[in-house]
Amino acid sequence: MSKGNHQSGQLTNLEAVRLVAGREMSVRLRSKAFRILLGITALAFLAVPIITKLAASGPTTQHVAVVQADADYGQGLENLADKLHQKVAVTVVSDQAAGTAAVRDGKADAFVVSHGADGTQVTVKKSLPDSLQTLFSFAGAAEQGPPPASQQVHTTTLQKTDPQQGQKIAIAITAGLLMYLILMTVGQMVAQGVVEEKTSRVVELLLATIKPWQLLAGKVAGVAVVGAIQLVVPGVLGLAVGMADGQLSVSLSASVGSLLWTLAWFAAGFWLYAMIFASAGAMVSRQEDLGGVMAPIMMPLIAGWVVAISILPTNPDSGLGEILSFVPLTAPVLMPMRWALGVAPVWQVLVALALTLACGVFVLRFAGRIYRNSVLRSGARVPLREALKAA
Amino acid sequence: MSDRRLEVDALSKRYGDTVALDRMSFDVRAGEIFGFVGSNGAGKTTTMRIILGVLAADGGEVRWDGVPVDQETRSRIGYMPEERGLYPRMKVGEQLTYLARLHGLGAAEAAEAVRSWTERLGVHARFGDEVQKLSLGNQQRVQLAAALVHNPEILVLDEPFSGLDPVAVDVMSQVLREKAAEGIPVIFSSHQLDLVERLCDRVGIVRAGTMVACDTVERLQASGGEELLVHAPAAPEGWASGLTGVTVRGRENGRTVLALDEGADDQAVLAAALATGPVTEFARRRSSLTELFRHVVSAETNTGETEK
Repeated sequence: MSKGNHQSGQLTNLEAVRLVAGREMSVRLRSKAFRILLGITALAFLAVPIITKLAASGPTTQHVAVVQADADYGQGLENLADKLHQKVAVTVVSDQAAGTAAVRDGKADAFVVSHGADGTQVTVKKSLPDSLQTLFSFAGAAEQGPPPASQQVHTTTLQKTDPQQGQKIAIAITAGLLMYLILMTVGQMVAQGVVEEKTSRVVELLLATIKPWQLLAGKVAGVAVVGAIQLVVPGVLGLAVGMADGQLSVSLSASVGSLLWTLAWFAAGFWLYAMIFASAGAMVSRQEDLGGVMAPIMMPLIAGWVVAISILPTNPDSGLGEILSFVPLTAPVLMPMRWALGVAPVWQVLVALALTLACGVFVLRFAGRIYRNSVLRSGARVPLREALKAA
Repeated sequence: MSDRRLEVDALSKRYGDTVALDRMSFDVRAGEIFGFVGSNGAGKTTTMRIILGVLAADGGEVRWDGVPVDQETRSRIGYMPEERGLYPRMKVGEQLTYLARLHGLGAAEAAEAVRSWTERLGVHARFGDEVQKLSLGNQQRVQLAAALVHNPEILVLDEPFSGLDPVAVDVMSQVLREKAAEGIPVIFSSHQLDLVERLCDRVGIVRAGTMVACDTVERLQASGGEELLVHAPAAPEGWASGLTGVTVRGRENGRTVLALDEGADDQAVLAAALATGPVTEFARRRSSLTELFRHVVSAETNTGETEK
């Protein structure tokens, strides 16, 4: 048989990677697990705007500070709030400075500086909640008796107000949660995919045909597309519902911008985590052993998310948040959130993105080596030292 | 085309302190079926993995048609690994198509090749079933199809007959013969020496990572000397043990199997047998491959296990 009439020819690198990625995608997109997960995330992001709305309307106690001279006025406020089914707690402070300090420290939502015929002067940190606005405007009226004329309420803010802050937080949490969930699930998908090939031994047949890096790259690329679909579908749905609902008045371009940044971060974060998860998968031979090697990888991801969700919404300028948003392993969750909150300048985002990508390139070298050294070894877990040794 | 050869030239491989291959050398000509035998851990699988590039050798070279085997050549090798493996949850047809495409076939060619091979190997009815739902025998057939579906120029099969039912053994044998007749070098390893004896043009026996005997079946048998088969029903145990130049190899169906040294007199054996009573059978035969294998492999066993 001569070479001429032979049908097969060698694949180019791109063709090999594309074939592997294509198989990965078609198998995963058709799997029940994918559809269920997509359904759950989509539902979750449909639910987020609705939940935030419900949470915002819930009865929370508002704290109002007054000076000693206005103690009676404060009492009147509480009584009025009671009639309106609002919860208001009045604190009496020693002087103007103490009142301002209470507002600054967050101990009070508002400080009544003065009240009288020329209106009510109120100091707040960022903005006066609607419920308090109503309360103040009628409190004076009740005191003066009929005719009930509503009082002018003048507010002084201690911090620059951002009327869109609430929406920004919502978008930031959504972006962070998406990143966290997606990196976690697709990372595990990669690891499980690698172990599946190892357990079923099909990897030997594959490696007799294509190079280890082609197999690894194809697998990672295929899972990445699946992950991106999982990111974009709920993201678009969430934005659409939020805007239809009128909750998100942030401009469309800003929202799409957030989504695009999140996608860029997904690409960088996924690249980094996929390589690490793939090497972890290559080191074990059975799905049962996977948990042990994945735990240390998931730690920074979980830690990043915990910091993000517990600190950033209340304190976007947190120093810890800022530092972690530059650390490659936590940046993919934290930086998109800080960007959405509007506290990260473009240069910071770009530097963090570059750091993450650089880390990805660095990890690629080791991941490729670990994969090559471990993927054909079955039985006990391959020790990291042996897996890393040069081929 | 008949002078193309797959040459395995002085392959060496060690795992830490254990030597897996020590200058392993042999060649397989186009159109030839080459049997690769040796005990477990002798280095057969390691050699095949190196041919396929799944493992890297520490030294030595594999050449096809005089040129070192590269990724391009490897995409034209059909391989059946010792550790069978396919995606358990992928459908038979899709799986084979995927493997064919990985070997460089276009979509249409791949579909056609998959159809014809699944039909040929009797698994076409299971085309749309997941591999894990197939019986072990059918999984083996799919595995063979995976080795053949890209119309390979070289076949390397590691233990292709293990786990096959007799019908599948016949199908497999026929496929190997056909492929060889097409001018493809076929190399396979097996522990079923009777099959090797029947199928192979040449046989290589490996021990401790080295080729210790490599020749045609006939010549290997000739080198093992001749055996004498004597059926003397009335003969007592050990009747032949005192004869000069004669070694008792054992008993087979009531017959005594004797090995004769060079120049030993078989007529003296016959006389001794007749002295015990009637002799119903007295025949010379070449030693079987099994006997030869046992002899060669046991000659030096202290080299130790090497594979893996």
